[in-house]
Amino acid sequence: MSDAAHIPDEAEVRARWGDFKWTEENAEKVKVIIGRYPPGRQQSAVMPLLDLAQRQVGAQTNTQGWLPVPVIEYVAAQLDMPYIRAFEVATFYTMYNLAPVGRYHVQVCGTTPCMLRGSDDVMRACKDRGMKKGETTPDGLFTLNEVECLGTCANAPMVQINDDNYEDLTYETTVAILDALARGETPKPGPQIDRQFAAPFGGPTTLKHMVNNDA
Amino acid sequence: MLDDKDRIFTNVYGYQDWGVDAAVRRGDWDNTKDLLARGPDAIIEEIKASGLRGRGGAGFPTGMKWSFMPKEPQPGRPSLLLINADESEPGSCKDREIIRHDPHKLIEGALVAGFAMRARAAYIYIRGEFIREAETLFAAVQQAYDRGFIGKNACGSGYDFDVFVHRGAGAYICGEETAQIESLEGKKGQPRLKPPFPAGVGLYGCPTTVNNVESIAVTPTILRRSASWFSSIGRENNKGTKLFQISGHVNTPCVVEEAMGIPFRELIEKHAGGIRGGWDNLLAVIPGGSSVPLVPAAQIMDAPMDFDGLKALGSGLGTAAVIVMDKSTDIVRAISRISYFYKHESCGQCTPCREGTGWMWRVMERLRTGEARIDEIDLLEQVTRQVEGHTICALGDAAAWPIQGLIRHFRPEIERRINERNGAPQLQAAE
Repeated sequence: MSDAAHIPDEAEVRARWGDFKWTEENAEKVKVIIGRYPPGRQQSAVMPLLDLAQRQVGAQTNTQGWLPVPVIEYVAAQLDMPYIRAFEVATFYTMYNLAPVGRYHVQVCGTTPCMLRGSDDVMRACKDRGMKKGETTPDGLFTLNEVECLGTCANAPMVQINDDNYEDLTYETTVAILDALARGETPKPGPQIDRQFAAPFGGPTTLKHMVNNDA
Repeated sequence: MLDDKDRIFTNVYGYQDWGVDAAVRRGDWDNTKDLLARGPDAIIEEIKASGLRGRGGAGFPTGMKWSFMPKEPQPGRPSLLLINADESEPGSCKDREIIRHDPHKLIEGALVAGFAMRARAAYIYIRGEFIREAETLFAAVQQAYDRGFIGKNACGSGYDFDVFVHRGAGAYICGEETAQIESLEGKKGQPRLKPPFPAGVGLYGCPTTVNNVESIAVTPTILRRSASWFSSIGRENNKGTKLFQISGHVNTPCVVEEAMGIPFRELIEKHAGGIRGGWDNLLAVIPGGSSVPLVPAAQIMDAPMDFDGLKALGSGLGTAAVIVMDKSTDIVRAISRISYFYKHESCGQCTPCREGTGWMWRVMERLRTGEARIDEIDLLEQVTRQVEGHTICALGDAAAWPIQGLIRHFRPEIERRINERNGAPQLQAAE
């Protein structure tokens, strides 16, 4: 359990998040989400609602967001499910942050396909910028984590930062992306080399007639 | 090499727009009403005749799977189609390309397949980390509703069919069909005991078929172009086209649609720019995603890339996620990292897997550094046999097989590390 999230003091969290409510915009989204599931099966909405709640917390704290206990309780109550069932879900899935994270959640894929293509260099670039695995930088800008395969293996190595993937990385391009984020810019997501998505570098070997959109 | 005219996923590289207008120009949603007018049984027969085997890894015949669904759904228990887009197997990255560049093939497939199995609705379970891909999919589904392709009286067929998208939140195990059902019901994704099988009791207790994205997305094209077209590609029992995902030590990693059974060498030469450093530099290949055993260079070079061809090598096609490793690879570390993956992703339900994956990873790490005894290799092999086949789902097997493959093919390398670390004299090869 050494890598367990450090959840802040409960009294402090309750004071800050005890009166959590959906924003008007999100309250509308909640209705749409619950409507996707059959009547009486609203528990199915717990995952999307926890995600939405985490995003709202993120928007209110200018971070990627996390799930304070009162927020999980709020979602559970809305779906008429016991708190512990919602908490089980929040702890089971990796994308729910159980402790605060920074403005940018830097999730470096370290699984074998990325490892073979140089995820060590990507990780080193993050560490050279003062990040430590599982920790947030003192300025609150970056939280670093190594994650398991993110399904982008033909564009390895890669990192997911908040909602965007940066692919085909090297040490240098990783540094460039982190620098750009630190400057408040939005670097271009996707492959960081001259490449069309998952087509081979240098141009496709098939379907070449599609390149000029003349199909 | 497969001709472009026989490729199904014509926009796999996203040169064109994913939206409905461009999709229609590419031939999607072309008189879907006529496809449905053939009737459920005729569609299932056509898919059976095409020889399509599930593209999610196990390779179960798709048409046969659909035929297990009740012919006359009971009131209050509508049949459901669950489309597995929880693409999480290390090496796999094909469903992502379908969803972000050709989502209408998937949605049209959902309607056609759902109609064939007499389902009322389809849920598409997309992995949580595919954030932008899910945005595209939500938007594409909305487009299909707006055009009347799905929803009430879908495509003017008189059949009502809904498609819903559900995002996961980061758990490999939710790619297992019953774990996915649990997850979609709003619980931890822990696999269920079978039987009952999902076709009897699945999502919300209703009859459910779970299919991979690629299996569903190819069905409209098969119906349009006929089963005999699809089955004219590939080898006996291994028909059709397949999205291969080539990663690792090749010059140009990529996703490419090719004929089933294409020889490994041709696949790599034509599309991946060859092995980094040349063919003499090839060490081993994991041909089907992290759960299948690796195959050493000499055996894979001219092997046909399909279910039976790779099974004959003691491995498997899996999702056709081809992970190539050249001689610079620390092979023990590569497999140990896979062991860590399974330790991380074990859902914790069955003891052999929950305890075994962690134990196996810790021993693998010691083998990696050589800080072990020779007899621990045999002990590790034994433990993999005790995990394999003793768990509810196949994650235990998936954790065991890569290690078994490593020991089978690279035992001398593991022993060398141990001997080196312990300072034992190296055995010299006879001159």
